[in-house]
Order: sequence, then structure tokens, then C-alpha cells
Amino acid sequence: MKTSRDRLICSLNHKEPDKIPVDIGSTSVTGIHVLAIENLREYYGLDKRPVRLIEPYQMLGEIENDLAEILHLDVTGILAKNSLFGFPNENWKEFRTHWGQIILVPGAFNTIVDQNGDLLIFPEGDMSVSPSGKMPKAGYFFDSIIRQFPIVEEKLNPDENIEEFTLFTKADLVYWSENVKKLKDSGKGVIANFGGTGLGDIALVPAPFLKHPKGIRDIPEWYVSTLMRPDYIRYVFEKQVDIALENFRLVYDIIGNDIDAVFLCGNDFGTQNSSFCSPATFDDLYMPWYKKMNDWIHEHTTWKTFKHSCGAVEPFMDSFIRAGFDIINPVQINAFGMDPENLKKKYGDKLVFWGGGIDTQKVLPFGKPSDVEKQVLELCDIFSKDGGFVFNTIHNIQANVPVENIAAIFRALGKINCY
Amino acid sequence: MNDILNQIALCVESGKINKSSPYPANMKDQEGADELSRKALDQGCKPDEILEKALIPAMANVGNRFSRKEIYVPQMLMSAKAMGGAMIHLKPYFQSGETKRKGTFIIGTVTGDLHDIGKNLVSMMVEGGGWEVIDLGVDVSSEKFLKALDEKPEAIIGLSALLTTTMENMKKIVSDLKSTHSKVKILVGGAPVTLDYCYKIGADFYSPDPQGAVNYLNQIDIRIS
Repeated sequence: MKTSRDRLICSLNHKEPDKIPVDIGSTSVTGIHVLAIENLREYYGLDKRPVRLIEPYQMLGEIENDLAEILHLDVTGILAKNSLFGFPNENWKEFRTHWGQIILVPGAFNTIVDQNGDLLIFPEGDMSVSPSGKMPKAGYFFDSIIRQFPIVEEKLNPDENIEEFTLFTKADLVYWSENVKKLKDSGKGVIANFGGTGLGDIALVPAPFLKHPKGIRDIPEWYVSTLMRPDYIRYVFEKQVDIALENFRLVYDIIGNDIDAVFLCGNDFGTQNSSFCSPATFDDLYMPWYKKMNDWIHEHTTWKTFKHSCGAVEPFMDSFIRAGFDIINPVQINAFGMDPENLKKKYGDKLVFWGGGIDTQKVLPFGKPSDVEKQVLELCDIFSKDGGFVFNTIHNIQANVPVENIAAIFRALGKINCY
Repeated sequence: MNDILNQIALCVESGKINKSSPYPANMKDQEGADELSRKALDQGCKPDEILEKALIPAMANVGNRFSRKEIYVPQMLMSAKAMGGAMIHLKPYFQSGETKRKGTFIIGTVTGDLHDIGKNLVSMMVEGGGWEVIDLGVDVSSEKFLKALDEKPEAIIGLSALLTTTMENMKKIVSDLKSTHSKVKILVGGAPVTLDYCYKIGADFYSPDPQGAVNYLNQIDIRIS
């Protein structure tokens, strides 16, 4: 293999590459907390400097080239132009977190500390409106503040739930053109998240990026709407996907096949032991719209499509395949029914497992480095046969993970990949 | 009288809140748990009977069907809403003491954790199981649990954590509560929590689903005096 990109493409095409492609940090669900990055930089003796915050909601940081080289990362990502709080990553400034870390944050990362000591953040950085996110003083990332107007059934208008889905502007297309150009010669595989393609993604429903969200923005209310108001939900998905397809056309005209994968949706269908709906509901309510996006992409591009869903989603794998997804993440192997060998055997020739490399609920945060190393070796052995695997932890590496355990991941990968 | 109680139970199991609620489609324009409970009381039905013969068995069925993966979070939320429609009419009887509940359950997500879907489901199911629920909300410190426990010393505590970064706070709260209230029973739950972890931190019970919590509480069965 000449490059990391070749390695990624090979694995995405279900062929066994020379080494297992490794991703940490390319998307908002395969990333790493700013504190864990600082700890890693110190562990490897790299220059001490503030980590750049690239995803403010989950406080994910940028892995700079020096660290990426040590970790032998193969994939890089381009996030949507605006973050979950509605502002772009620009005009960097220093910020001191409540755990005492100095990081670089976007200029519009405007916050206040409330009377409880919690950190409040504002949509688009506009401090004249209500805050849309809160980080508890004992927490390490934000969660949405629910801003839900009382629902009057007769006045509900689904157009109010599609305010956030808009056609790319010229500035958006310049952003994509410049970022893809910057990365296409890096030799790394590239995954892009254009935004606006997540169907009912529960992290996006409260719209922490909007100043005045309207429509259905409360999480339980959204869940019950899938039963009570399915036509409302279908209308939102239909309009959203129409816009997404037009945006695919616009951006494809500019970037062509210079990216390898596209992050489509982060809606979690699984819980630890069950799911948020039945596979039949998935097929009825979500499948047609996912299929529309996947079909357009496969007809016009070489991009592979990436679906994230935490939890016990083994019963959904057939549906994910029929919906046209190429990649499933995070492959939560400790959820009910998510046995790695069974998943690989049943779905490994049709779905790429992008994740599933180490249990992040028990082994990575609470195990010994030797436990971590052992599990990475075991899981890579299962998932990497015949390609169709990109190493990633199961979801983001959290702030409290001991740095020795993170280093153990890469020691194990070094053994497998012969670094 | 049994007819109307069966109808209330059916409404709760089906998630039929009131007449104007469009869900479920096959019960459109029919009276829901709200109207039927009012009607039952007006017809002389005792609030205890509505609770014990309609709401509790209906919610137990909902919980068991959820555990068996026959229904999912949205259906359970609808049932809880329907139960809420009935509870509006029973609340005055709880407040006056005419209708007694099985005990008090104090619940919250632990310090630093704002994720409350699981906690809310447990809260609804326990209330539907005939318990008084004091929901302290999210990001609840030891101090807040202790204050609530001081006011209701017989209460049972429920702690929820979704994150590996907040699980450690669960351990601290269990320790703080047990050190001052050695007999207090503490239930724990949440995605990363396990039975092993429950015992390791000195908690009393773990359930992977809401109905397990209700069943455990029912074994304890303390009557509010």
C-alpha cells in the first residue's frame, strides 16, 4: 500500500489491506476528548501547547500531525462548517476549562458560569439569547438545554422542524472545496460530514445551534411523535432529504471523488439491551429516506456511506444493509446481541465495521493496560479478516481514560500492524 | 365497575391519553385514561381500586412487554402519558392521605450527568407501580439526595448514570448516603452500570430495565404510614 488512503479504500472495499486502517479523531463519533489528547501529548513527550477544540459539544480535540504520526492514524475528517452550537471553527482564542486545562476554542465559543457553577454556552455565540448547552461543573462535555414551546397540536407546523436544513451557500462550497483540497494530497483517507443528513438524530432534535428553535424540540416528545405524528416526521425527513440530495449534487460538482466516505447519520437506534424502535418501524419510517440518500451517493460517487448507531442494533443490521449503508459505527460489542464473531460472520461481507476495536464502557476506562492490549488484539483478529474493518474505539475516547490505557491501544496496533 | 377499570387499563397499556389524543389510531375519538378515570370516580369507584386494579397491572404489563422487547421507548412514554392522565384525578386522594402508596422512591441522575431518558422511564414505571416518586432531576449531588432522604427517611433511592465519566460519582453518592443512613436501599442503573459494579460500590440492586426496579421495590413493599 502506498498510502493510508489506499489502505482505507482497500478495507472499505472488503479486501484485506497490508495493515489495519486506524481512525481516531475523524468524526464527531470517532474522536477524542481534549483532555485525553493533552495527556497523550505529554505521554509521548510532544510539545506542550493548548489543544484545539474542534467539536465543542463533546469537547473533542484536534489531533495534530505530530501526534497523528506517532499513532499511525490513517483517516482524517472534515466536520460540518458549523458546530452543534452553530458557529464555525475560526478566530481561535484561549479558554480555561473547569478541570484547569487551557485549550483553544473558536471565537464564538461564548460561555457564562451559572449560579450552580455549570458552564452555559450560546447558539452562534449570541449571548443575547437563551443558552442552548450546559456543561455541569462535574462534567466534561455539554448537553443540550431543551427549549420547547408548549405544543398546541393544531398549530404544529413541520416546516418549523426543517429550519436548520438549508442549501449550501457559496461560502459553504468554498469551505468544502478548500478543506478537501487541503487533505486530498495528505495521503490520508478522508471522511466528510456535510451536515443535514441525520434523520431524527436525537442529539440534533433540540437544535442547540438555533437561536429560537421551533417545532418539536423536546427529546421524549420527538420519540412519541414517531407514534403520534408519523406524518409530521415523514414530512420533515422528506424535505430534509430533498435538500440533502441537492447539497450532494452541489458539493460533488466541486469535490468529486476526493473524499472516501461520508458521515450520514448519527441517530442511535440501540440502547444497551434493546432498541428505540422495532426494525419494522425502522423499515417503515426511516428506510425510504436513508435509501434515497444512499442510492444517490452510490449512483453518482465512489463515496462510502457511514451510519452511526450505538447500542444493541444487531436486529437492525439487515435493514442498514437494505437501506444502502456501507459502514456501521461504533459497533458496540458490549451491548446485547452484539457478539463480534457473529457480527463479522453474518454481516462482514456487506458492512464495514468502523469501530468495535475496544470496549469503552469497562475495559478502556477501568481496565489495566494489559487488558486493553489483549482485547484490541482479539477484536482486531476477529474484525480484520478479509478487510471491511477500520479500527476505532467504540465511540469517542472520554476525558477520564487513563493515558496508559490509550497508549496500550496503540501498542497493540503496533504489534498487529508491525510499526 | 370492572368494565371501566379494564377500559382504563387498556388505555394505559395502549397509550390512549384522552379523547382528543390521536394515538393509537384504532382508538381515535374514544375516551382515554383521563376521561375514564374521572368517570370511574364519579361512578363511585374508589381511587385505590383505580390504582391497584387498573393502573398498576397496566403499567406492569407495559414494563414486562418492554423487558421482552415487544414495545419500545416511544410506546412506554405514551403509556406513561396515559397514566399521567389518570393520575391527575387521583393526586388529590394521595395528597389527602385517603389513598396510600407503597412507599417513596427518590430518584435522580448522579452528579455531572445530564442524561435522563433512562431515569425518566424508571421514574414513570415506579410511579405506575404504585409508589410515590420524588424525582430530583439531573446532576444531583449527595447533598441533594441526603436532604430529600432526611425528609423521607423510609424512602428508597434510585441512581442513574449514562457516562463512564460520571459512574465514579455514583460510587461517592452511595458511600455518602450509606454512611449516614446505613439501612437505606439504593438501586442503580444506566448503560455502563452492571450488577458487579452495583455490588462493588455497595449499592443494593441493579436492573437493566425499568420493570426490574419496580419488581424489586414491590418485594420491599413498605407502606407509607
